[in-house]
Amino acid sequence: MTEPVDIQNDGVVTSRRRFLRKGAIVGGVVLAGSFAGGEALGAAANADNLPPNVPDWMKTPGDAMGSQPYGAPSPFEKSVVKNISNNLPQYLSASGRTPLQDLDGIITPNGLFYERHHGGVPTIDPAQHRLMLHGLVEKPLIFTMEDIRRFPSQSRIYFLECSGNPTYKKPYGKTASDLVGLLSCAEWTGVSLKLVLQEAGLRPDAKWVVAEGADSAALTRSIPIEKCLDDAMLAYSQNGERLRPQQGYPLRLLLPGFEGNMNVKWLRRLRVAAEPTYSREETSKYTDLMPDGSAREFTFVMECKSIILRPSGGQRLDTSGFHEISGIAWSGRGKIRRVDVSVDDGRSWQEAELQEPVLTRALTRFRLPWHWDGQTAVIQSRAIDETGYAQPTLTELLGVRGDNSFYHNNAIWPWRIAADGEVTNAAA
Amino acid sequence: MPQRDLQIVMLAIVTLACATSVKAQSSYGIGRAATPAEIAGWNIDIDRDGHNLPPGSGSVSHGREMFDQQCASCHGAKGEGGVGDRLVGGQGTIATPKPVRTVGSYWPYAPTLFDYIRRAMPQNAPQSLGNDDVYAVSAYILNLNGLLPADATLDARTLAAIRMPNRNMFVSDPRPDVKNPACMAGC
Repeated sequence: MTEPVDIQNDGVVTSRRRFLRKGAIVGGVVLAGSFAGGEALGAAANADNLPPNVPDWMKTPGDAMGSQPYGAPSPFEKSVVKNISNNLPQYLSASGRTPLQDLDGIITPNGLFYERHHGGVPTIDPAQHRLMLHGLVEKPLIFTMEDIRRFPSQSRIYFLECSGNPTYKKPYGKTASDLVGLLSCAEWTGVSLKLVLQEAGLRPDAKWVVAEGADSAALTRSIPIEKCLDDAMLAYSQNGERLRPQQGYPLRLLLPGFEGNMNVKWLRRLRVAAEPTYSREETSKYTDLMPDGSAREFTFVMECKSIILRPSGGQRLDTSGFHEISGIAWSGRGKIRRVDVSVDDGRSWQEAELQEPVLTRALTRFRLPWHWDGQTAVIQSRAIDETGYAQPTLTELLGVRGDNSFYHNNAIWPWRIAADGEVTNAAA
Repeated sequence: MPQRDLQIVMLAIVTLACATSVKAQSSYGIGRAATPAEIAGWNIDIDRDGHNLPPGSGSVSHGREMFDQQCASCHGAKGEGGVGDRLVGGQGTIATPKPVRTVGSYWPYAPTLFDYIRRAMPQNAPQSLGNDDVYAVSAYILNLNGLLPADATLDARTLAAIRMPNRNMFVSDPRPDVKNPACMAGC
């Protein structure tokens, strides 16, 4: 630790500094004990810290600089973690959900970004990572991570959503996270894929790009060349810091508005081709089975969707009176134009306020002031995107697709508020 | 500024702008050439027609041995499923309310089997099987699904020639396919 020169020989300050350090260490031990269980914290809170008394945390210095070189949320927020089921058949090919109902705004903190991987999370040394670009190109190329970062960079805010979020069959989830927690939004920094492809030079018959991850699943998806030359990115940073390993460190594909699985993580290879590769992921998985036995393939875009997060399933309204209804809306086809909210079980709808800026293919926060009269109510939101497409009801979706299509369920989810304030899934 | 000098300056500006534009679109000079050997080592993609399938072959009987050792603990002794996907059966169920999606009932292309097993299986040791072993396991799974005789041997040509029962059931994306009239009042 560097000591300021002007107090180096000040005996009083040095003595106080020693006290501070000792206090910090003792405090750390005390904290570790107290926070082993949440109940201890709750029990520690008492009226001694409330007006007119001076709270304890004002009577003693806080943690010293350097106690958390990276930083972590307040220990009082330790319940806000990824929503990971404890009875999954396996945890190598599995998913963990963002606790959407506990977050504000539109940006998902990196530690809470949803995860889906098919062969675990690899630990990749960026110095030993390479991106190979080959196939129908003039010059097959290999890039180091340093190479990738030399390209002109860009930062964009986009949502990312798993295509099975949720499925069409009961049981439906209890909370917003259970229902649509395979959804997050971040500011991504990287290079336009178009620039990288131009570096190699596309041949005239280049119609698809096959992307492969450097995980143990060597996950492979085919992307139409139009998307690759439009807004596709090779991203190396997320919310200002390098990608987390769970998000593809050191490099991932980012395809704004396209289903999560295509945004290949740990990206190591791009093969330019005339046809898709018809990988296992894009034939036996991530195809949408219809009641007549046909299956839709290459269903890329995540359609317009929204959900109310406050109040939402698992929460409780402690009192009647004013409550702000707040939620998020998004569309893989562009910007959110409007969000309607109903507080009377769908009989009437009113337009919610959208938080500016409304960004294309990003989460949009909506809000509606509401006075709850203390009676049973059903609330729900319906988003409309800039193409004019309106988010459908679950009944409308099931009527067209049946309940075996698994992916791309973008239904409206109503919440029931009981007279005692308990909020539950009204469609469950 | 005399007219002629102005023209020269303008010409210089236009020339500079063009040069910058061409340079930006052609190349940043980033990256190095990938050699054919490097590409061959990494490119394990097999398409639906079996292009890029490697030399080698494997029999159903060898595949049964490999499957028992490498696959059965997750996929079941006869491919009936477990921690891993069910691989066998389900033919005729895909258009029913309870479809059973397996290699035999749902997968449209047989070469995808080789591609996926080689790149990702077994889950605890991907890319550990030799090409002959991958052909053999593919052969056994196809045999369990009634798509290959028990005495068959699979190689690049015979694998690509197999027509999967569900091949013609895949259609392109018709969305947006669901309409919500977005009623505002009296709904």
